[in-house]
Amino acid sequence: MDCCGGTDEHEDDCTEVTVKEGIDAKTVEAAKALESENYSAGFSTAIDMEFSPKGLSEDTIRFISAKKEEPEWLLEWRLAAYRRWLTMEEPTWAKVRYEPIDYQAYYYYAAPKSGAKYESIDDVPKEILETYEKLGIPLREAEVLLGVEGAAETAAAAREAPRVAVDAVFDSVSVATTFRKELEKAGVIFMSISEAVREHPELVKKYLGTVVPQSDNFFATLNSAVFSDGTFVYVPKGVRCPMELSTYFRMNAENTGQFERTLIVCDEGAYVSYLEGCTAPMRDENQLHAAVVELVALDDAEIKYSTVQNWWPGDEDGKGGIYNFVTKRGDCRGARSKISWTQVETGSAVTWKYPSCILRGDDSVGEFYSIAVTNGRQQADTGTKMIHLGKRTKSRILSKGISAGKSDNTYRGLVSINKRAEKARNFTQCDSLLIGGRCGAHTVPYVENRRADAQLEHEATTTKLSEDQLFYARQRGLGEEQAVALLVNGFVREVLQELPMEFAVEAQKLLEVSLEGSVG
Amino acid sequence: MLKIENLTATVGEAEEAKQIINGLTLEVPAGEVHAIMGPNGAGKSTLSYVLTGRSGYEVTGGSVTLNGEDILSMEPEERAAKGMFLSFQYPVEIPGVPVMTFVRTAMNSQRKLRGEDEISAPDFIKKSREIAKQLKLDAEMLKRPVNVGFSGGEKKRLEIYQMMMLEPNFLILDETDSGLDIDALKTVAEGVNAMRSPERGMLVITHYQRLLDYIKPDKVHVLSAGRIIKTGGADLAHRLEAEGYEGVVGEAV
Repeated sequence: MDCCGGTDEHEDDCTEVTVKEGIDAKTVEAAKALESENYSAGFSTAIDMEFSPKGLSEDTIRFISAKKEEPEWLLEWRLAAYRRWLTMEEPTWAKVRYEPIDYQAYYYYAAPKSGAKYESIDDVPKEILETYEKLGIPLREAEVLLGVEGAAETAAAAREAPRVAVDAVFDSVSVATTFRKELEKAGVIFMSISEAVREHPELVKKYLGTVVPQSDNFFATLNSAVFSDGTFVYVPKGVRCPMELSTYFRMNAENTGQFERTLIVCDEGAYVSYLEGCTAPMRDENQLHAAVVELVALDDAEIKYSTVQNWWPGDEDGKGGIYNFVTKRGDCRGARSKISWTQVETGSAVTWKYPSCILRGDDSVGEFYSIAVTNGRQQADTGTKMIHLGKRTKSRILSKGISAGKSDNTYRGLVSINKRAEKARNFTQCDSLLIGGRCGAHTVPYVENRRADAQLEHEATTTKLSEDQLFYARQRGLGEEQAVALLVNGFVREVLQELPMEFAVEAQKLLEVSLEGSVG
Repeated sequence: MLKIENLTATVGEAEEAKQIINGLTLEVPAGEVHAIMGPNGAGKSTLSYVLTGRSGYEVTGGSVTLNGEDILSMEPEERAAKGMFLSFQYPVEIPGVPVMTFVRTAMNSQRKLRGEDEISAPDFIKKSREIAKQLKLDAEMLKRPVNVGFSGGEKKRLEIYQMMMLEPNFLILDETDSGLDIDALKTVAEGVNAMRSPERGMLVITHYQRLLDYIKPDKVHVLSAGRIIKTGGADLAHRLEAEGYEGVVGEAV
């Protein structure tokens, strides 16, 4: 099998192998612990909320902008996007089906009543703290110091357990951001984008909308008009961000959309690793999530962006669940810069998402590592775009799709080599795993090449979870679900290894839970 | 130990099910090694799958007990936890799952089913190291994904490695000699012989007598058309080699 030659090599020069092996063994226990609750993040928090008027209009936008005490330029920017949006049509090219969305039926702003941002963690309402605690996201720095759940799997890992700074976004607002002081010392700006607009308007103005323009696509334009909160990160020249940064998005209120906007800028020679996690309560209605993420990497900068997406996927019959229509794009603006996307997509009823890289700088590198799992009636149409503009730019795409139940899973990708991109290289590998006979896997790779000296490789495989493998594992003593989990973990291993350690554990748990009951 | 009585079994789904095992009766007492020989299509591999509970193989009559317990109603993993081990004729590749991870997960799962504690990591590694040395397996190989890119001989040795790690009560070796050169065959046979004990039973399924020069059976059974048609001592294997199945089968019929 071709795909495994790569695995072997990877292992040989990967010193972390033993640690990762430990994870494999823990996976099964972790899944057991969650067995009784298929979607453990499905609870909702009862707290007084403040909403914008229902529906979408210029008034709604003015309301949001006023709430956030935004400068005039930003309000104008939003309104321009809104007027543009009115002229646009919802895209239909993705291989997903859903009921038409009534954009007037949503609230575009929902925030806990007690105020947008809390001065200290002690001011954050108890209900919200409990919500994050329940989700395993520590907001008190003392707790963070102990490491995120699962980080201390082994003594060795405990010693090295990296600290993680968290920005917690609850519906439309950021409620807490940890480790800000310490990050400031290193010169790293890590705050909600609303705060950044007030405190660092020059930076926001300089970069906002430069990677995903206002008019980019239907959902990105909608986001530009109504974006609520999200995270802003700026890492100055030559600084290696001293800890992992993360944002934890939680949709709580009913009938709301979440429209976060994240902007990460890495100045020359800087490095940051950032992770986002997402969950939402189980609700019968479909909720809309239309985020925009923009990354900018200047000369020699590197951004590693990881996502563990676990929005409520809807019930077995496809009732409820999140529409996850997201635009994520990274701009390798500088020479020798690097942007790497890693995503584990297990949630959402419908996913429409193509984290992309514009390889503008010469010798810049783009990477996309993806695990997309669909079960029940979930639909995912996801992939990446690698736009090679600069000389000797390189990109690597590794996509692992797992379909179970009656779900549909599509990889859609574009590799584009432009005229100036001499000696550009791309390697693409798309593997699909089918569990059961009622699901679908589709691979739609587009390639546009305008250079004779480009090197493009594409490998794709589709396999069914094999009866031979299952029986082999069971004969050795593994239960059926355990055997499936082990086989699936093996299938996605190369991608899991791209995730920061503690999140790899989290991701494995999610995989287990998402695929529960998928065989038999 | 293992008692098979008047077993009948089919392979395949509903309408297309074909009866492969036709009233097979066999008893392997603890401490003994029995060989099953037979021509292609006699039902040798089917028997190994029926005993270990593979889906698609349906028992339509008879009984199988291990130490007096009916195993036919058990799931494959439950049978494994009771000590049934099958060394596969064609070991399966499991991409992305390192050998050590696989075996440790299997071992702990079996222990859990038996209500025992998990093996500690140091104990596991120590045991693995000893067995690997005995089987002349490279330690690096145990870090690679199960059977992926292994040669035929390596795969078979890995089966024996797993067997020695899991320490089953009852061993079924399905064509373990196929694809082995003479040195590998000797190493494998040494491993198997080291497993012989008064508490353990073994069923060695083979097409050729060669393996039985190294793993001496207490009894040899000839399987034909899904039934045992002749039983004898170790010398029966030599007769089969010399006269061919037809001679012996013809004599029985």
